Amino acid sequence: MTEVLFYVFSAVLLFAGLMVITAKNPVHAALYLVLSFFTGAMLWMLMQAEFLAVSLVVVYVGAVMVLFLFVVMMLDINFEELRKGFWKFVPLATVVAAIMAVEMVLILTHPAAQLKGVTLMERAPEYNNVRDLGVQIYTTYFLPFQLAAFVLLVGMIAAIALTLRKRKNTKFQKPGEQVKVKRNDRLRIVKVDSEPKPTFEAPKPAAEGQGEGAKGE
Amino acid sequence: MTWTSLNAGIALPEIFLLCATCALLLIDLFVSDARRGVTHALALVTLAITGVLLWCGYSPAPELAFSAMFVADPIATLAKGGMVLGVALVLIYGRSYAADRGIYKGELYSLTLFSLSGMMVMASAVNLLTLYVGLELLSLSLYALVALQRDSVNATESAMKYFVLGALASGMLLYGMSMIYGATGSLNVYEIGHRLLVGEGNRLLAVFGLVFIVTGIAFKLGAVPFHMWVPDVYHGAPTVITQLIGSAPKLAAFAFIIRLLAQALEGFAPDWRGMLIVLAVLSLAIGNLSAIAQSNIKRMFAYSTISHMGFLLLGILVANPVGYSASFFYAFTYVLTAAAGFGLVMLLARNGFEADQLDDYKGLARKHPWFGFMMLMVMFSMAGIPVFVGFFAKLAVLKAVVNLGMVWLAVFAVMMSLIGAFYYLRVVKLMYFDEPVNDITLSGGLGAKIVLSLNCLALLVMGLFPNYLLSMLNDAVVFSLPL
Repeated sequence: MTEVLFYVFSAVLLFAGLMVITAKNPVHAALYLVLSFFTGAMLWMLMQAEFLAVSLVVVYVGAVMVLFLFVVMMLDINFEELRKGFWKFVPLATVVAAIMAVEMVLILTHPAAQLKGVTLMERAPEYNNVRDLGVQIYTTYFLPFQLAAFVLLVGMIAAIALTLRKRKNTKFQKPGEQVKVKRNDRLRIVKVDSEPKPTFEAPKPAAEGQGEGAKGE
Repeated sequence: MTWTSLNAGIALPEIFLLCATCALLLIDLFVSDARRGVTHALALVTLAITGVLLWCGYSPAPELAFSAMFVADPIATLAKGGMVLGVALVLIYGRSYAADRGIYKGELYSLTLFSLSGMMVMASAVNLLTLYVGLELLSLSLYALVALQRDSVNATESAMKYFVLGALASGMLLYGMSMIYGATGSLNVYEIGHRLLVGEGNRLLAVFGLVFIVTGIAFKLGAVPFHMWVPDVYHGAPTVITQLIGSAPKLAAFAFIIRLLAQALEGFAPDWRGMLIVLAVLSLAIGNLSAIAQSNIKRMFAYSTISHMGFLLLGILVANPVGYSASFFYAFTYVLTAAAGFGLVMLLARNGFEADQLDDYKGLARKHPWFGFMMLMVMFSMAGIPVFVGFFAKLAVLKAVVNLGMVWLAVFAVMMSLIGAFYYLRVVKLMYFDEPVNDITLSGGLGAKIVLSLNCLALLVMGLFPNYLLSMLNDAVVFSLPL
């Protein structure tokens, strides 16, 4: 039964992987990637690595791919333009890939390779995958685990350093300077000569009067 | 398992460096652009303390820590000392260059120090997983540093190339490591080495993994035919980052190769020797011949690095302690030579002028006799002219190769070095016998100039007394390898 499931999942995984790179619509490609992650998680489940399988679904399918879908939908990229040379290189790439695959199969199926299937260890019913993983990570694999955290920190610093820009036209307030402001910074007193009294009563347009008022402010 | 059984004390230099880098990252947030000198000084102090901790922690016997994931042996400690020095030189020479190009930022310092931690982990790791994580810490920091000058099209393009090819190389390496794990059932370097030597494990699968590991290493080292990224990255990156890529990581790569090939895959020495011969011969030939055609000094240095990496591989393929220590000496002195070379390029560069064309060096010796002479020493040392340290590095490698009985390989390497001498001496000719075409002004502070001069003079002094360093490195290799 497990064997049948393995082949079914593997076939789905290969199909989904192939569709990721051949699908015309980027949204479809992203969805196929979700499918391939999910099938990969199922394969892990068959190997009784249930915690890893669940975290793959939660982290990649749930978080990363959803973000990725958002990005794909929001960016206005002409994907037809990007894949322009794709079909031109397909024949050559197929030949190279086929040669590599055949070579690898020849080596790995050679009698000297002695590749044989092994059955998974039988676990006691109270065996706890998560607990074991946690113990391993915080004891034996403590150093690589900590270093991986630093790799993530570097990724974060790099992402911020490469993308954070202060836009020139952004408007923001500087409270420190607002408080320190002096009367002379805001107010300019303009000496206006008083006009001679008009000799006859022609009313000035209202708009001009307002303009004068704004200037004096 | 308790905390003391981790034996974390022997990783004190790395722990200090990582903590200090995080502190620096936070402190820099409160430092205004005008006072970035504070960050600069703190970074140098961090490096100095790391160096002192390394010096204090030196012990001739290898010590394991973190459940046999980490070792402090003389090879690792000496290589780390060289890396700390190399990174300190990058920061000292690059300060005014970075300031002129808008990359004099806190990230320059934190990413550089993180890349140093990655290198130090690579030197000390004795577990495939730790080796890989160290390599990624180094590579990721370098990708970001190359792209740091983000408005420059050249820098962004070369960062992209570096990233794509580096990711491919990591993939190769990881695939090879997974094969080795599958064949031997262990991730520990000593354990793998032992199992393969006594004939346990699946040998065919292990050789299959070995091919991918050698490919991955060759990619990272920039050996022909996996060298395509080197000239573009050296050329496109800001010179301060080129110096970082071109100097200290070579020592990390040396230690990485020792861990993987000389320790884990020791039993396959005849197999990987053949592969390394091909890589070394091609690197020496293509590197030296292509360098002749370059008119850009950074591209010339890139091809010259490729040929130097050919020499490094020559020492390793000898597969005995003499060869390893010769390669170690080569890597160690190459770090100093490359640092001086790029330091001089940055000394001549100023705002809006890169000084990366060979013509920019015309008449340098007349305008600035002292720094012309310094450049002459760097070029002579790279070409391997006697009295300078580059000669003794090449000599040590060639001696080890001849002792193994591969005279043809040594003769080939000498011929290629002769061809290489042409383009190094061409720079000397331009400096001493040609009329200046541009006005040459020196940038950089007095301190940087003094350190640069000392660095160049060290090439001469180490050439006069090569035995001290050579015997120290030789002892380190002898103490470290049989555990």
